[in-house]
Amino acid sequence: MIEWTARARRPLLRQPVTALALAWLVLLVLETLVLPPLLPTDPRFADPAQVLLPPAAGHVLGTDALGRDVLSRLVWGGRWTLGMAMAALVVTFVLGLPVGLAAGSLGGRVDALTMRVVDALLAFPALLLAMVVVAILGTGLLPVAVAVGITAAPAHARMVRSVALEIRSRPYIDAARSVGCPPLRIALRHILPNAAPVLIAFATTQLGWILINGAALNFLGLGAPLGTPEWGAMLAEGRGYLRDGPWISVFPGLALTLTVLAAHLVGNGIEEALKRD
Amino acid sequence: MMAKYIGRRLLQSLFVLWLVATLAFGALQLTPGDPAQALLAASGATSEEIARQRAELGLDDPLLRQYARFLGELVQGDLGRSWLHGRPVSRMIAEQLAPTAELAGVATAVGIAVGIGLGVLAAIRRRTWVDAAATAVAVVGISVPTYWSGLLAILVFALHLRWFPATGSGSLRHLVLPALVLGFALSGSIARIVRTRSVEVLDAQFILAARARGLPAHRVLFVHVLRAALGPAITVSALQLGFLLGGAVITESVFARSGLGQLAVEAILWQDVPVVRGVVLFSAVAFMLVNLLADLLQAWVDPRIREAL
Repeated sequence: MIEWTARARRPLLRQPVTALALAWLVLLVLETLVLPPLLPTDPRFADPAQVLLPPAAGHVLGTDALGRDVLSRLVWGGRWTLGMAMAALVVTFVLGLPVGLAAGSLGGRVDALTMRVVDALLAFPALLLAMVVVAILGTGLLPVAVAVGITAAPAHARMVRSVALEIRSRPYIDAARSVGCPPLRIALRHILPNAAPVLIAFATTQLGWILINGAALNFLGLGAPLGTPEWGAMLAEGRGYLRDGPWISVFPGLALTLTVLAAHLVGNGIEEALKRD
Repeated sequence: MMAKYIGRRLLQSLFVLWLVATLAFGALQLTPGDPAQALLAASGATSEEIARQRAELGLDDPLLRQYARFLGELVQGDLGRSWLHGRPVSRMIAEQLAPTAELAGVATAVGIAVGIGLGVLAAIRRRTWVDAAATAVAVVGISVPTYWSGLLAILVFALHLRWFPATGSGSLRHLVLPALVLGFALSGSIARIVRTRSVEVLDAQFILAARARGLPAHRVLFVHVLRAALGPAITVSALQLGFLLGGAVITESVFARSGLGQLAVEAILWQDVPVVRGVVLFSAVAFMLVNLLADLLQAWVDPRIREAL
């Protein structure tokens, strides 16, 4: 079969789907920063007279079983969910980046040892490993963020290591080493900046993973305290009212899915933009 | 060659297993709270009774001796006792294993079937809307949280169409929705690798030769492409076992099925660390064994891998 259009490298914003996904993420971040305090309705205000109202003019996305406005909970939920994911991503970076960078740029025994430990951690089913961390730390939104961040760290370290290993074999690293540049400086000033784009792509993909699993722990009731407008927790609250109020769980799920999808697409898009011809 | 490869893989697995066990031991040490107190809390024991229990459990021993005993018990399949129920963790896991294995097995079959279907379809209609649509379905499959797709499935197929029961476990009809939901989530990553592999095969010289000989298209597809796609599909689904077990936990929760997931979630809510640790250790071992098996199977099936050893 003849390949008549080789898929060329494309800049990020020339990929329509990626641009759309990126726009969604940017809008979402702006929304969670700006919008919640401006909302007319309190996400925790329960109105017993307005229980399980379907989407209509007054409540655009309806109300839940306690008479709370689903739209304002959804908007606030973005703040909790994204905030948790960002905290988790920071944990992942703090744990994974130094380990991966050390393994990849030093090589040898350090590499062999750390990667065996990483292998062992990767042998645990990720969500279950996160559950162990929650079992140790106790339930709550912060423990969930830490747990998911720790769980994502081994894969992150492995990725950083493989990128660093590849960069280490490039001539300019040899050049730096031959003029007596110390290993730490090589790692931080020469390898890390060159690895950054690939790592950003991977971090974006991991963000999707973190969102799914963090919200999953909240869905299971191990994270956000009862009543918190967090997307996973909202889904859990709505599951009992699928028949009488499907909108309670359908909208937060949709928001979460679109965000995860956007993270995946942006990650893929960056990868494609970085591809060498 | 093969024997040497198997030996090396086994040694590797043993080493990782030891690390996994050590990490699990460390996890329990990090847990706040006194196991002896936790075990006896319900019965309102006196402090002497708790002290006696501590001595019995060997909690006053030096850390190294506790560690050695933990490893010794682990080798015999003893995962300790639940702080909440006082029952052996291994027995609690054994009781809940069947429904989870059933769900995971059927979901894997669904995932491989859907994944191969999507991947091959995308590959033979490359660069058409069919390819785009199949790829889109695969990406959505990866991105949709099972706790949402599960609720949607209940909403549509159980509450509105009334084809299947919404929750519970036991019969085959109870298994359909959870297995489909989990299988679909699994199919995304399988479809991706199958598409890549199928594209490679379709471009290969031997396919051109087969077509030149006048081999009909469906024979090319079934004999060559599908066979080549099956190997990577199996490898990926073995690698996805960890995802599958985590997904099973969620799916069980969504559909209120009994199984390892329910066991683990309840244990976390009560901070019953031995049970959590037991479930996780068990899944880690299962994950490693399945991947070992998949690698060996791959080496056995594919002569090129065997040669390269």
